[in-house]
Amino acid sequence: MSWETVIGLEIHAQLATRSKIFSGASTAYGAEPNTQACAVDLGYPGVLPVLNAEAVRLAVRFGLAIGASISERSVFARKNYFYPDLPKGYQISQYELPIVVGGSIRIGLDDGGEKHVAVTRAHLEEDAGKSVHENFDGESGIDLNRAGTPLLEIVSEPELSSAVEAVAYMRTVHQLVRYLGICDGNMQEGSFRCDANVSIRQVGDEQLGTRTELKNLNSFRFIERAINYEIERQIDVIEDGGEVVQETRLYDSDRHETRPMRSKEDANDYRYFPDPDLLPVVLDSNYIETQRAALPELPEARQQRFVQSFGLSRKDAAVLTGSRETADYYEGLVEYLKGEHKLAANWVNGELAAALNRDSTGISEARVTPKLLAGLLQRIVDGTISGKIAKEVFEAIWQGEGEADDIIESRGLRQISDSGELETIIDQVLANNPSQVEQYRGGAHKVLGFLVGQVMKATGGKANPGQVNELLRTKL
Amino acid sequence: MALSKKDIQQIAHLARIEVSDDEIADYVDKLSQIIGLVDQLQQVNTTDVVPMAHPSDMYQRLRDDEVSEVNQRELFQRNASAVTDGLYRVPKVLD
Amino acid sequence: MQRSTIAELSRQLRGGSVTSRALVERYLAAIEALDGSINAFITVCGEQALAAADAADELLQSGQAGPLTGVPLAHKDIFCTTDAPTTCGSRMLEGYVSPFDATAVERLRAAGAVLVGKTNMDEFAMGSSTETSYFGPTGNPWDLNRSPGGSSGGSAAAVAAGMIPAGTGTDTGGSIRQPAALAGVTGFKPTYGRVSRYGMVAFASSLDQAGTLTLTAEDAAILMEAMAGFDPRDSTCADLPVPAYTDALNTSLAGKRIGVPKEFFDAGLDSDNEQCVREAIAVFEEQGATVVEVSLPNLHLSVPAYYIVAPAECSSNLSRFDGVRFGHRHEEVTDLESFYKLTRKEGFGPEVKRRIITGAYVLSAGYYDAYYLKAQQVRQLISEDFKRCFAEVDLLAGPTTPTPAFLLGEKMDDPVQMYLNDIYTIGVNLAGLPGISVPCGLVRGLPVGLQLIGPQFGESAVLNCAHIYQQQTQWHDLVPAISASGSDGDSR
Repeated sequence: MSWETVIGLEIHAQLATRSKIFSGASTAYGAEPNTQACAVDLGYPGVLPVLNAEAVRLAVRFGLAIGASISERSVFARKNYFYPDLPKGYQISQYELPIVVGGSIRIGLDDGGEKHVAVTRAHLEEDAGKSVHENFDGESGIDLNRAGTPLLEIVSEPELSSAVEAVAYMRTVHQLVRYLGICDGNMQEGSFRCDANVSIRQVGDEQLGTRTELKNLNSFRFIERAINYEIERQIDVIEDGGEVVQETRLYDSDRHETRPMRSKEDANDYRYFPDPDLLPVVLDSNYIETQRAALPELPEARQQRFVQSFGLSRKDAAVLTGSRETADYYEGLVEYLKGEHKLAANWVNGELAAALNRDSTGISEARVTPKLLAGLLQRIVDGTISGKIAKEVFEAIWQGEGEADDIIESRGLRQISDSGELETIIDQVLANNPSQVEQYRGGAHKVLGFLVGQVMKATGGKANPGQVNELLRTKL
Repeated sequence: MALSKKDIQQIAHLARIEVSDDEIADYVDKLSQIIGLVDQLQQVNTTDVVPMAHPSDMYQRLRDDEVSEVNQRELFQRNASAVTDGLYRVPKVLD
Repeated sequence: MQRSTIAELSRQLRGGSVTSRALVERYLAAIEALDGSINAFITVCGEQALAAADAADELLQSGQAGPLTGVPLAHKDIFCTTDAPTTCGSRMLEGYVSPFDATAVERLRAAGAVLVGKTNMDEFAMGSSTETSYFGPTGNPWDLNRSPGGSSGGSAAAVAAGMIPAGTGTDTGGSIRQPAALAGVTGFKPTYGRVSRYGMVAFASSLDQAGTLTLTAEDAAILMEAMAGFDPRDSTCADLPVPAYTDALNTSLAGKRIGVPKEFFDAGLDSDNEQCVREAIAVFEEQGATVVEVSLPNLHLSVPAYYIVAPAECSSNLSRFDGVRFGHRHEEVTDLESFYKLTRKEGFGPEVKRRIITGAYVLSAGYYDAYYLKAQQVRQLISEDFKRCFAEVDLLAGPTTPTPAFLLGEKMDDPVQMYLNDIYTIGVNLAGLPGISVPCGLVRGLPVGLQLIGPQFGESAVLNCAHIYQQQTQWHDLVPAISASGSDGDSR
């Protein structure tokens, strides 16, 4: 039997606000337990929610970026269930009238093609707190610092057909939210996470199979592994004559398996109703158009522009536009280096990327600023130093030793371009290697490489290899 | 409409209220009366009537994104009877 | 001791003929003498009240006093206070002290009012008799075997008996107006959104509104000027200026149109009650108002619609009482589900549990459209009925309750009969309107109330009309049997 997979993702992106969605408590990550949970977040008797304007703005920004329609009127609803990390016994979310409706995300496929994944909706809601299980002797500890952090839940249509596609979609949304500055995208801290609805059906079937919902997918790798595990599990169940049960399953990354979540066994009657503590959110076209005008250039358009205006390959352009910061860096760099787009791309994607990665630094914090890097690359372009020497200079700039020109000067790294000086060195090398000279003259031209190497060694790498080659030939 | 014992138990479970066997008959009786009262609405023609969620016809006011709250954990936790290391204690939470 | 209005006390305090300390001592003594039999207070905070009175006296001396400086006041125990427990009449919150003051409390405090105590109420304001309180029922000062109504029965009884000059209340389906009527005091519920709900423990968020229980409409106006107004902490609080209610009290009623909804005079209305209300309406005509009959054709649907909307909202609002962060906690179990269920079983009384379960039921899968959505549609119909009326008239007038005070225990085993007692008040909450109940007669020795209803944010007209009525009549001056003055039928 031949099976196909149907996947829909619900992405939860924490919106980058300073304060919570319905209270004035801080959203900063990593504080001592319950020190950033105010009376509203704790659901104290008598408290009331007041909506954060920035959360609304960021949600609208996302909607506009994916070509969705922004609801002129959206309504908050209560989703009722009991869980210790949910202080009020309900989560304030949006149900029938979400703020963002429709839109789509274009993802690149492995075969070089592309796919447009439809987004059903994106709605605002509050995050829950966290349970801590360690050292509690059969009990759990509840930290409500995260409770009330604004989330944008982005719900896709069930249009993804493999774990790889799901990851590509997730990565694209991840890139987009960071571009838009609406979410920091930090998956380790849980700022960007997803649930996956997975089902299988026989190829050609119109009807969707029974789905399971996978929770706790907090890395791209886990998403792929969890979905693949779940697909295999569902196929096994059906092929063994069983039926897939609609349920919520937790991915256990240690055991690499999914298992039913006991806490969700009876949580399917959420008794949604409009939250009477909040009034409809009404956005006029003026507001929406102002937000539209404030949108940055989006990754797809920027990638296209990098290919067209800078003559970069699609691949280079894709890497450079992978994050807004990288693309900004690159554009800053080529401002100083007119016409050297490819060289600039190679350095940003190569040496710079490696150094950032090695030191776990963000590109915006890199000590080698676009201006400093441009100063270095300029010296390659004008022949002052070779590419190889440039890497040494780069490292020195990275270590904070100053500008390229100072380092080249103080370390004496300037390329020997004076042919008189170079000729003296070549004569010395030829004198020291009589047998190789003999061989060359006897027709073994391959030894030229050896001789070039000797000259380069003698100059400490500062000679121009092309020039050395030419001078050697003449002398021999 | 009369509610059954099973209905009551199901809804009481959703609402996380323990209903013991000796209480259930009273719940069945009184809740059936209440549901009987509200069932009067089923006779009303409400075609094309816009549901009214709220007496106010105003819109949601938006708050500036400012951190206005300070840490008052100690004050808040005076009302909690089970706290360890600043965490609220509950019976073990299952995933 | 005679009962005194805020207006009188304020004059005396500012005139220096009495100190706040003396007043507080006098009211504490009255509470001491009477509350053992009435049970209007859950908490009496004598020491704090005396300290606050002393501070008020200093302010009075310095000449910086406002109309409420030094005036003793009681809050219904649903308003969060940092200096006294807030129990909501429930075991769930026994001994609970809020980390913050309710906005209404904060504003009255800032205006100089002295908190003397917290008054009894139906548990979480769910009830019409103050009998569902965990702290025992409140007796009606007119007849201790009878209920003072509810849920703000504690404040109503305390004011009626002269244990306090005024108290706050909340009104979700009649919880200020009905006890005012049954205890013979003035109960004012402003427009939904006029007074901040912040710090008022929520029962049904789209219906709850804070108000006052006083001896007169003038006192209600004085308190409202301090309590009402925009609060950034409540999204549903109206960002509108608060009129000077006291300035409008004496406006002539000449040319005013008063509508009398014919549905208010149905078969359920006690004929003696009807007589009193008809006579009261005649007073408005004498004052130059035109009285016309109007219709609220969907009024009979207000009780069933309310008993869907209110329980639905309460079932959700009361989910936060889970034993974790505050309130009653069941200690003996080790599994989470039993922990929740036993905590809530023990913490809540029978009526609260019935409403929570009713609310969960009407919102549950498969029933939402048939109940909750239907009720919202009916709510719209009822609201439209009122709007149609207010296109024709300035105010509506009618009875507050179908009968005078009922016996304690009389309706406790029949929730539906209890609910139907609110037939004339509930529609006002569904539509979010301001309303007042003023004493308008005695039936079989018990007070009855006249209800006046205005359009949204039409508090001034309601208070004006009630005040003019009280200038023409003495019903609000009648003192109950059990009171600080100790005699029946006396003037205050």
